[in-house]
Amino acid sequence: MSAGRRVLTGNYAAAYAVRAAKPDVISAYPITPQTPIIEKLSEFVDSGELDARFIRVESEHSAMAAVIGASSVGARTYTATSSQGLFYMYEVCWWAAGARLPIVMGVVTRALGPPWSIWSEHSDFYALRDSGWVMYFASSAQEVYDLTLQAYMVAENGDVLLPAMVGWDAFEVSHTYEPVELLDEEEAGSLLPAKGGRVNVLSHEDPASLGNLAYPEDYIRIRYGMRRAMEAAGRVASEAGRRYGEISGRDYSSPLECYRCEDAEVLYVVMGSIVGEAIDAVDRLRGEGVKAGLVRVRLYRPFPYAELGELLGRAGNAIIVNRASRFGGYGALTGDALAAAAEAGARIDYLEVAAGIGGVDVTSDDFVGMYKMFRAGRRGTVWWMR
Amino acid sequence: MLKGHAACPGCGATILLRHVLKALGPRTYMVIPASCSSVIAGPYPKSSFAVPLLHMAFAASAAAASGMVEALEKMGRRDVNVVVWAGDGGTVDIGLQALSGAAERGHNILYICYDNEAYMNTGIQKSGSTPPKAWTTTTPTGNPGFKKDMPSIMAAHRVPYVATLNPAYPNDIVKKVEKAASIRGLKYLHAFSPCPPGWRFDASLTVKVARLAVETGVWVLYEVEGGVFRLTGPSKHLLDPSRRKPVEEYLRLQGRFRHLTESDIEELQRMVDENWEKIAQLVEEGK
Repeated sequence: MSAGRRVLTGNYAAAYAVRAAKPDVISAYPITPQTPIIEKLSEFVDSGELDARFIRVESEHSAMAAVIGASSVGARTYTATSSQGLFYMYEVCWWAAGARLPIVMGVVTRALGPPWSIWSEHSDFYALRDSGWVMYFASSAQEVYDLTLQAYMVAENGDVLLPAMVGWDAFEVSHTYEPVELLDEEEAGSLLPAKGGRVNVLSHEDPASLGNLAYPEDYIRIRYGMRRAMEAAGRVASEAGRRYGEISGRDYSSPLECYRCEDAEVLYVVMGSIVGEAIDAVDRLRGEGVKAGLVRVRLYRPFPYAELGELLGRAGNAIIVNRASRFGGYGALTGDALAAAAEAGARIDYLEVAAGIGGVDVTSDDFVGMYKMFRAGRRGTVWWMR
Repeated sequence: MLKGHAACPGCGATILLRHVLKALGPRTYMVIPASCSSVIAGPYPKSSFAVPLLHMAFAASAAAASGMVEALEKMGRRDVNVVVWAGDGGTVDIGLQALSGAAERGHNILYICYDNEAYMNTGIQKSGSTPPKAWTTTTPTGNPGFKKDMPSIMAAHRVPYVATLNPAYPNDIVKKVEKAASIRGLKYLHAFSPCPPGWRFDASLTVKVARLAVETGVWVLYEVEGGVFRLTGPSKHLLDPSRRKPVEEYLRLQGRFRHLTESDIEELQRMVDENWEKIAQLVEEGK
């Protein structure tokens, strides 16, 4: 059921989703290109459209600490950041996951300095992949809206209780206007768990401590609990995506988007908004008789090894676009894709492409060029320079 | 604060905690950053704190408390205390940014720094609150730095209440904690916390060391309420230098000052006396 369409940037779409989720406490520190999110949220709070406390902290480290403090006593929360800001809050992000707090965060992915860059890259996003955060990556403003709401559904699920983030590309999605279907706010609210039902909440009525020192045999058991929660998150995310589809008409039950992948003999593996150009390239190659296809990873953690492994096994060839400055080894997405193939017992030929680094534009011509390079025998890693 | 906690014998912090928590009562939520108290609480699955407690990363206690108090108020729980209990390192050094931000925003928090004048939990390294000339493991020939005046820094943030505490004067502690808890806004309390293993004195001497700190004028008991400075307790009577015991009586009990020369001690005495001249001015202005 739709409340209508608005033309929104990815950032504004996040703000509208957060407004629909009705958090109690928001805390954030400005960083390009996240700022329009928090500016829009400030407008909602000041106008009374969103009844939340907005804490204008003095750093990103404090932003995450503030939402941890709020979440620890049962509040629903939100924060957002990018790049340098995410890395400044990095230790506290791991704290949030270890504390099992269902915080939701938007990450507008941006390259890291030096040299200074404000343009998109996924390095900042990937850096949290082992932390215990559930991680989605949106490819459009619509997905930012939809996935932000699903992030609350998954994070607050009693079998999960892990923080969840949604990433999206700087400027390409964050500042680009698109039509976005909004849910009726009551229906959006009905998708989320009712507030006040969480069990792990600090209260003076039943005092407990969160985060005491734990000796090794206890530490590992507590952390193993996070592992079980992350395993459950895959199932919970799929179910949340399915329920979301029933209300919105847009199904998210799969962690992957597949475009002409069923009978593909070579698959692009991508994440984020470059998918648009990749789809064009697939169509062009198909027109030339090449059975190209693509898989876009939308739920990055927990990683859909089984689903991707099956697709890679069928195709046998993969061009993996890992949009991050990565040194000394294969990129995060590449490693995950290769592990997926290995788990499926599939031997695949692959080329890793570091494209879009520092915000370099990636066009369908580039994607076609990657295929030609692969067909000509290039393997390993190539940095797609301009 | 329950018995069976893991503090060193003679720990000044646990004396302070007992009085503070008794004064505050059970409707109290605590945030504790990395510090001795993180360990004093005891290991999972038990805790020596009988109040809800959020352990937090080192730099972030004031920020976590900010979020906590806003959440509690938003959810309708306004008649509770949200308290940060942080060491000197986690306040004057790594925690300063978050505290400054919280003070500027004016959240309804009680922030208490228990000052054992070094990073004691990690083994006695110098902090921004270590007094000049003191031995620590990272200042083995004596601290070349000065002690940051944290209460003045907080008073400059225009918070409604700042005060100092000392474990040898529990009535003064209770009065100040109760007053602070009754005021809305960010209240800052800075507590003297003698540390037997870190300052090198016998565990039986904690209260004596604490009392001598006040009697020599090294530790000043005061409050700044609405910007007005006021001496409290025995410090009220120490404006006259002849009524202050010589600093040497305080210094000589502690191994961390054992290496001091005659001229070092004279210099420290001068610093104390000069500080009291400034205090005299503040007392005048406060009248």
